[in-house]
Amino acid sequence: MISYVLRRLGTGLVLAVLVTLITFLLLCTSFDDVASTILGSGATPEGIQAQKAQMGLDRPVLTQYADWLSHAVRGDLGASYFTAEPVRSALSARLGVTLSVVLAALLLTAAISVVLGVMAASRGGAVDRVAQGASLIGFLVPNLLIAIVLVYVLAIELKWLPATGYTPFAEDPGSWATSIAIPVAALMVPGIANLTAQIRGAMIGELRKDYVRTLRTRGVSTRSVVLRHALRNAAGPALTVLSLEFVQMLGGALIIEKVFALPGFGSYAFDASLQGDVPIIMGITLFGVLLVVCVNLAVDLVNGWLNPKARVH
Amino acid sequence: MNTSDAQTSASQDSGPQAAGKPTEAGRRSSLHTLLRDPQAVISAGILLVIVLLGLLAPLLSGHGPNDSSLDAVNAAPGTEGYLLGGDKSGRDIFARLLNSVNTSVVSALIGAGIALTIGVTFGLIGGYFGRRVRGVTEWLFSLVMTFPGLLLLIVLLPVTDGDYRVTMMIFGVLLSPGIYRLVRNLVVGVSKELYVDAARVSGLPDRRILRRHVLSVVRGPIVIAAAFLAGSSISVQSGLAFLGIGSNEVASFGSMIADGFTNLYEEPLQFLWPSLFLGVMTASLVLLGNALRDALEGGRPKASGVAGARTRPAPAVPGTTDAGATGTASGLLVVEDLTIAYPTPTGESKEVVSKVSLSLEAGETLGLVGESGSGKTQTAFATLGVLPPEATITRGSIRLDGRELLGLAEAELRKVRGTSIAYVPQEPMSNLDPSFTVGSQLVEGVRAATALSRSEARERVLALLQRVGIPDPGRTFDSYPHQISGGMAQRVLIAGAVASRPLLLIADEPTTALDVTVQAEILDLLRDLQKDLNMTVLLVTHNFGVVADICDRIAVMRQGEIVETGPAEELLVQPSHPYTQMLLGSILDEGTVRTDAPADVLVSDGGIPVGTETS
Amino acid sequence: MTTSLLDVSDLRVAYPGRGLRARPHEVLHGVSLNVRQGETLGLVGESGSGKTTIGRAVLGLVKPSGGRILFQDQDITHVPPKVRRSLSRDIQVVFQDPYTSLNPSLTIGDILSEPLVVRGASASGARTRVRELLDHVGLPADASARLPREFSGGQRQRVAIARALAPKPRLIVCDEPVSALDLSTQTRVLDLLIDIQRRTGVAYLFVSHDLSVIRHISHRVTVLYRGDVVETGPADRITASPEHAYTQALLLAAPVADLVRQRERRAERRRLAAHGPSETKAN
Repeated sequence: MISYVLRRLGTGLVLAVLVTLITFLLLCTSFDDVASTILGSGATPEGIQAQKAQMGLDRPVLTQYADWLSHAVRGDLGASYFTAEPVRSALSARLGVTLSVVLAALLLTAAISVVLGVMAASRGGAVDRVAQGASLIGFLVPNLLIAIVLVYVLAIELKWLPATGYTPFAEDPGSWATSIAIPVAALMVPGIANLTAQIRGAMIGELRKDYVRTLRTRGVSTRSVVLRHALRNAAGPALTVLSLEFVQMLGGALIIEKVFALPGFGSYAFDASLQGDVPIIMGITLFGVLLVVCVNLAVDLVNGWLNPKARVH
Repeated sequence: MNTSDAQTSASQDSGPQAAGKPTEAGRRSSLHTLLRDPQAVISAGILLVIVLLGLLAPLLSGHGPNDSSLDAVNAAPGTEGYLLGGDKSGRDIFARLLNSVNTSVVSALIGAGIALTIGVTFGLIGGYFGRRVRGVTEWLFSLVMTFPGLLLLIVLLPVTDGDYRVTMMIFGVLLSPGIYRLVRNLVVGVSKELYVDAARVSGLPDRRILRRHVLSVVRGPIVIAAAFLAGSSISVQSGLAFLGIGSNEVASFGSMIADGFTNLYEEPLQFLWPSLFLGVMTASLVLLGNALRDALEGGRPKASGVAGARTRPAPAVPGTTDAGATGTASGLLVVEDLTIAYPTPTGESKEVVSKVSLSLEAGETLGLVGESGSGKTQTAFATLGVLPPEATITRGSIRLDGRELLGLAEAELRKVRGTSIAYVPQEPMSNLDPSFTVGSQLVEGVRAATALSRSEARERVLALLQRVGIPDPGRTFDSYPHQISGGMAQRVLIAGAVASRPLLLIADEPTTALDVTVQAEILDLLRDLQKDLNMTVLLVTHNFGVVADICDRIAVMRQGEIVETGPAEELLVQPSHPYTQMLLGSILDEGTVRTDAPADVLVSDGGIPVGTETS
Repeated sequence: MTTSLLDVSDLRVAYPGRGLRARPHEVLHGVSLNVRQGETLGLVGESGSGKTTIGRAVLGLVKPSGGRILFQDQDITHVPPKVRRSLSRDIQVVFQDPYTSLNPSLTIGDILSEPLVVRGASASGARTRVRELLDHVGLPADASARLPREFSGGQRQRVAIARALAPKPRLIVCDEPVSALDLSTQTRVLDLLIDIQRRTGVAYLFVSHDLSVIRHISHRVTVLYRGDVVETGPADRITASPEHAYTQALLLAAPVADLVRQRERRAERRRLAAHGPSETKAN
């Protein structure tokens, strides 16, 4: 078990190295722009070369990457080209915001989808039609429009919730909740649409299986058949979808954070990218990949617990 | 010879599915279905109109998307030359809308095109060729999947240089793992089909098998996925443009929405138009995708609730039927005039069981014999109260120990099922929940039927496992179903069935899935248990040997009706119905050993009529 | 003495184990058998005996890990894909499940003509041949425009037989071809196979778990148990008075539709199980 986790973490690290390497290789095509941005307008080609040499950007790409990696392994992600702020502390400060939004959205998505999907599959009829309709709307309307409509209705018209801004949880849990409510809702909609459809389909499949009939002939209650047996077997594929949703949400959070002016990864990444602030971009990529690796590992572990056949020894 | 073949086995599928199979040729009909589906026609029509509008943009509007004029700043809709007015920079909103359509279409084509090209190609390769190739593709795509998509798009801004087409290419790559997995799963599924093996044995080259047998299966889902891919490409492109990523020169719904948003209070229409177009475009794509799915994959599965739990209409109450003798037949189990119908796709209902009457005396074993599609299993399920919800019992009565079972509420029925009637299924493996240990499933059944505590139930289950001949009950108790053999699993299921000492045991082909030596042992076990517990047994089977081994009486079913009933010793020796005679006559016994010598190869030319030489 | 058409000697097949370090799992431990021209060799065994794997190895669908397969004195144990494709003219197959062995989206005509077209037959030539084949297996000529799902299990199996006959093969591997069929259909399909053999002289390697089916169609029988040959001999001897205890147990385990004889067989089986070798205990 422990060796399995270690092995998976090992592959995760390899993956992180590869992803950051590819990102770095892609970014190196734009080093000229970085230098000229720093120098401002009126930069001469010679000036740009000099600037690049000063920043070490003229060295062979792989040397630069190895340099970055060797620092990163020791926890040093460098500093912003423009503000000189250390990347690691800047990211740590923003991690809370992004994680608040994404994890809240992920957990709520999972909970709501399970309820909707299970009810749709086990009740059928009107409940099923409502769930299918809701799920279709989630697919139909682009995320962006949902976010704007939510802001318009809940914040601007009704003034129930703040439209923008973020309050840390430690400061005031109530304000924290209201400050992330709309972003979380906007992130959840497509996820719920997807996951509900998945769970509904898997539950319908499970409820038609032979073992369900056999359990019923032994007098086991419908409740136990649905929630204990069928749901557990339907959960595996749903979890895989959920882990993909996490990746989606992490991406979606970037747009959402920008729209709602939340001081998370998204707005930071956005500004850094516009300027070509390589250390920040690399740091964000690394954090993003590590987050995904951790969530995938967690999903696999839960999956193994749910499904004895997939269990690793 | 083949006509009777067609009649007697008109449906080899047992159960209701046979009734639900469309019979008309459906190969060319999927396009036809699509054209008759209003959802498909309307959504496709809307898309077509929008795309045309975009293509005709230069003709329809007098301005370029970026032409700005001070006169047109926030011009009202209907202003000369400005159909929908101007925006805050004095650009023609109508012209910008039409050009945004083009941007969206290009985004959709690039995003979906790249995702499909990469995903389908590698999906076919990874799915069809061996494990080593799949290992490589699998690894590559899980790598791509780990990229947080949008993050990467933003991060790579310096690389894409603001060109949305490059961004969409990257987005296409990021979308490709989903398509890869879809195609790979389909292909792996198809490769396991016997008809692909048959094609290999027929001497077809791999390329032809891929094209003809594999791609045809994958085609439908790919078309569906393409619609969704196009929709999400458009959404993402708009989202990025909304954030201001990309060139200002390119008209896009996203940037128009962003402009409109800042101008929301003064000119709400500036916000409304692009939102409307964007919403209608993506919604049409999703609706078209759903309609395609229904047409190509025959509709999504309908939720029918927990099978049989609720939806069954109240059956005819005994006494209201025309069977004059209702209530007079005696026995532990009395089935009278039972009729079960399933709806057909055309809306009619088809009877799979018609006016079946059976009675079982306490302690006797009745063999219900018939070929596939005869309705024997449906009769057994009706008695257990576990018919699928689509089924309707249109008339009849089922009484256990004098108590009417039809029309009982699910809760009442549950008590009967747990304690008085038990069930042994055909397929041992699929009837155990793969996620729970054997022991915990059995304990749950015992506790549902009795008032025993958890530890008492455990004791009883362990004793039962011992009783049904499992060598190491403790180990089997803690095993998961996939860890035990089929024969052991069937013993476990028998233990589960007899756990609450039922009056009536219904065994549905309990040995059909087992090896013949295991079958003999299981039949021995059933016979012993029947004696020990003095159970009444209804044994559903197609095998007269099994009947001869264990049954006191026999009822023969054919196409939903009982054709003959009688004591085993009489019926097997002197069947009176021609169908029974035919069935008994088809049995291959010791008398049918082959005696002729191997065929002489030299006469072979006279055999198969020599037609066109095919070589 | 008829010459040997197929000669399998010391055949071993191992499937890769699950996981990285798992050892391969050998399912055939050196099986030898031969099929002569125009005869049926029945291959009988229970699940896990490896009987299906032998058929698949002969067809080239699994790779042997050892041993040798000779067809008409040519070594076909490991042959390149091109040679394997040309072998398809002589070696054909009828699978167990008539529902999955025919592509549901192709018409019967397409299914039957495909292998002909691949070998270069003209469209009209293929059509004529398809009509002959349908007639041969007792299906109406208009079947060729229809889809598999419009046919019953027995009829589909006739289509599969027609497909196997198309290239006029010398050997057909029949992998449990009647075990998915109803009793009455079963007999008719078996009789069709026998009839075809008498007319064409094709040989069958006939795989089944059912001794009564094997007895009906085989000239000689090979009994398999867990990847090893238990005994081989003429069908009448093996199915009436087998020498090996496992074959005896197999024979007695199948119930017969005669109360008196079944009672005797049951007693005999129990006597054997109590005294004889306990190989029948295996699940």
